[in-house]
Amino acid sequence: MLLEKVLLSGNEAIARGAYEAGARLVAAYPGTPSTEIAETAATFKEMYTEWSPNEKVALEVATGAALAGAWSMAAMKHVGLNVASDPLMTVAYMEIDGALVLVSADDPGMWSSQNEQDNRYWARFAKIPLLEPSDSQEAKDLTVEAFRLSHEFHAPVLIRTTTRLSHTRCPVTLLERAIVAQGPGPGQRLTLVPEKTVMIPANAKRRHPLVEQRLEALATAAEASPFNRVENPDGAGPAFITSGIPYTYVKEAFPGSPVLKLGFSYPLPLKLIREFAAGRKEVYVIEELDPLVETELRAAGIPVTGKDRLTKVDEYSTTMLQQAFGKPAAPAPKPVPGLPPRPPLLCAGCPHRGVLYALALQKAVVLGDIGCYTLGVVKPLETVHSCTCMGASIGHAHGMEKALGREVTGKVVAMIGDSTFFHSGMTPLLGVAYNNGSTKTVIVDNRTTAMTGHQGNPGSGLDAHGNPTKQADLVALVKALGIDDVTVIDPYDLKTTKAAVKRLLESDAPAVVISRRECALLRTAQRRPAAVASKDICTACGLCLKLGCPALYKADCKTQVDVTLCNGCTMCIQVCPFGAIKEGDPQ
Amino acid sequence: MTKDIMLVGVGGQGVVLASNLLARAFLEAGYHVKQSEIHGMAQRGGSVTSFVRRGGSAGELVYAPGIDPGQADALLAFEKLEAIRFSNYLKPGGLLVSSQQEIIPTTVSALGAPYPDSLDRLLDETGARVFLVDVLAIARECGNPRVVNVALVGALAAHLEIATDIWERAIKATVPRALEANLAAFRMGMEAV
Repeated sequence: MLLEKVLLSGNEAIARGAYEAGARLVAAYPGTPSTEIAETAATFKEMYTEWSPNEKVALEVATGAALAGAWSMAAMKHVGLNVASDPLMTVAYMEIDGALVLVSADDPGMWSSQNEQDNRYWARFAKIPLLEPSDSQEAKDLTVEAFRLSHEFHAPVLIRTTTRLSHTRCPVTLLERAIVAQGPGPGQRLTLVPEKTVMIPANAKRRHPLVEQRLEALATAAEASPFNRVENPDGAGPAFITSGIPYTYVKEAFPGSPVLKLGFSYPLPLKLIREFAAGRKEVYVIEELDPLVETELRAAGIPVTGKDRLTKVDEYSTTMLQQAFGKPAAPAPKPVPGLPPRPPLLCAGCPHRGVLYALALQKAVVLGDIGCYTLGVVKPLETVHSCTCMGASIGHAHGMEKALGREVTGKVVAMIGDSTFFHSGMTPLLGVAYNNGSTKTVIVDNRTTAMTGHQGNPGSGLDAHGNPTKQADLVALVKALGIDDVTVIDPYDLKTTKAAVKRLLESDAPAVVISRRECALLRTAQRRPAAVASKDICTACGLCLKLGCPALYKADCKTQVDVTLCNGCTMCIQVCPFGAIKEGDPQ
Repeated sequence: MTKDIMLVGVGGQGVVLASNLLARAFLEAGYHVKQSEIHGMAQRGGSVTSFVRRGGSAGELVYAPGIDPGQADALLAFEKLEAIRFSNYLKPGGLLVSSQQEIIPTTVSALGAPYPDSLDRLLDETGARVFLVDVLAIARECGNPRVVNVALVGALAAHLEIATDIWERAIKATVPRALEANLAAFRMGMEAV
């Protein structure tokens, strides 16, 4: 039954699709641009939804559900799938009894990511089907289709979105939730068939040929899929083969051209593509990032091009396609030159600022991790010196020390957030203790997963639904890993923070400082009256500005406080040697 | 015909909410619509952009989620410097509705980057049809600082072909809290240009 038409983002549509398909479980780790998938899933009471500690766990949880016959989904950002790739590569050999859908949200253009990897490779690597929606309606439809395919072919199915799909809202028609029998019937026991689920070599050897056969059967299914379709077969102009968001640019730039749109894009429907390309002079493959489809089609003897005119870097656009394929486009007007930029910054009152400031004073070399604190790389703090992937900071620091010795790496400190530590920081810290390292680590514990918009994590005491849950004891955890020297500080208290950082840097044994204070943007965070700066007392020494707080600005060379931004953290009051900044009056 | 609209401002100003309202109104008016924004990295205080596009006629589909430089029919700016920064997205002679508000970037206030001496002159030089609205005054009059974004949409709505009852339905659906203040702000915004 048709319910209504609403505006949904691609992420919301995928969650809705899982709901309509009848899914029972969604597991995810937050990561832009994927986060709203699980956030939306958590709003449906029929679907158990959780923030897993990391993406590997999320996929393992979803796989467990699917092996037992349930319909389940795991969602993550593109780099999250690297973490989950270990189970993925073997789950692909198993026989899924229910349905297992995996969503990877890629980020061409790196709006909020550390790399621009093309996760269409993962479908090929794991030999599983790949679906690529072009808008929210198709995202919902393809999610339902993904569950159907997974159940029919007993295989995990990968849905790949990109930032523009995930974060664009457009009209979607809602349907009711399907009723799907899942798991053992009433009164029956759960049975797993070891030949299909125990991947010891003897079984895996038997499974691999089945995976190859399955891929051939999937290619046949792709040939007949309604999501692979030819538009304007008799149209004029160059012909295009495309999928995902690039399809929308093709339609916009060349509305009359013949287009083969691939929604079920791996394994490739080669027969359909051959028929489409036959007799056409110019056939171009339009795909953002790497020329995967183009390379495979050329290997299959289908004469297509595309990447010779387009970049492997960044997002595409309508104008870019018009220029690449000879359609006159008006030259893009240039931006007004010389305007001061407005880059992302640590917020006013951000608790990370206190400990970053103390580290900057000590001229520490901070190896950063994945989180807001990486913004400590910019002026005026400029103290963060590496950012790789979730949990990398501690291993990097340990490796530097072991290779070059503490005389060289004495000022090196690993900095990692609470959610990132639970995700991937515990194991490298265990490695430091086990291998007699003396790496120094600061865990910036702001009681939430802040950068992706305040999701719960094992230390926050809140689950994916916002309900109270068991809260991990970070101090006990760090000690259990083998670190005896653990200090907890409040980063708003600069005197204590500076002393703790100094002691950390002087320590011979591995030590951890836990800098604990709620993210300033959390509703429950403490707020005090905005600080007040006196122009009469201010000597314009500029010391307070070294905090890099956006609530502080200069007027007539003197420091002033923007009361709309200041949350009363008092760090600037503590920094000013002349008492020119004071606590504001409570109103 | 105003179909392709870019909204710009500073993180925390309500650009995304205003985009949702605009998209909802187009949808209620029977158009296909796409609304697209980039969010992710800590954006408090950073530049925020959003696109709202509608089909030219009922039934016509919008394909691309974004608007390329030189292609926007209208630019709705929550802050003057951001209005100038993204003015190159407008078609020549396009419509530019901007708040009078100026928010000095931290790169200027704390790091000493130069600030243009006259934003009004730079706005003039864009060649756009510029309408400046004192939405902070409207918000004061409504007694609610949070209605700034709805007041700005009102100022843009004066140039769109959408019926008043559709706007009211869209406002009710998008900002149900403080509805009366938002409806008042919308009307005042509309009358201000």
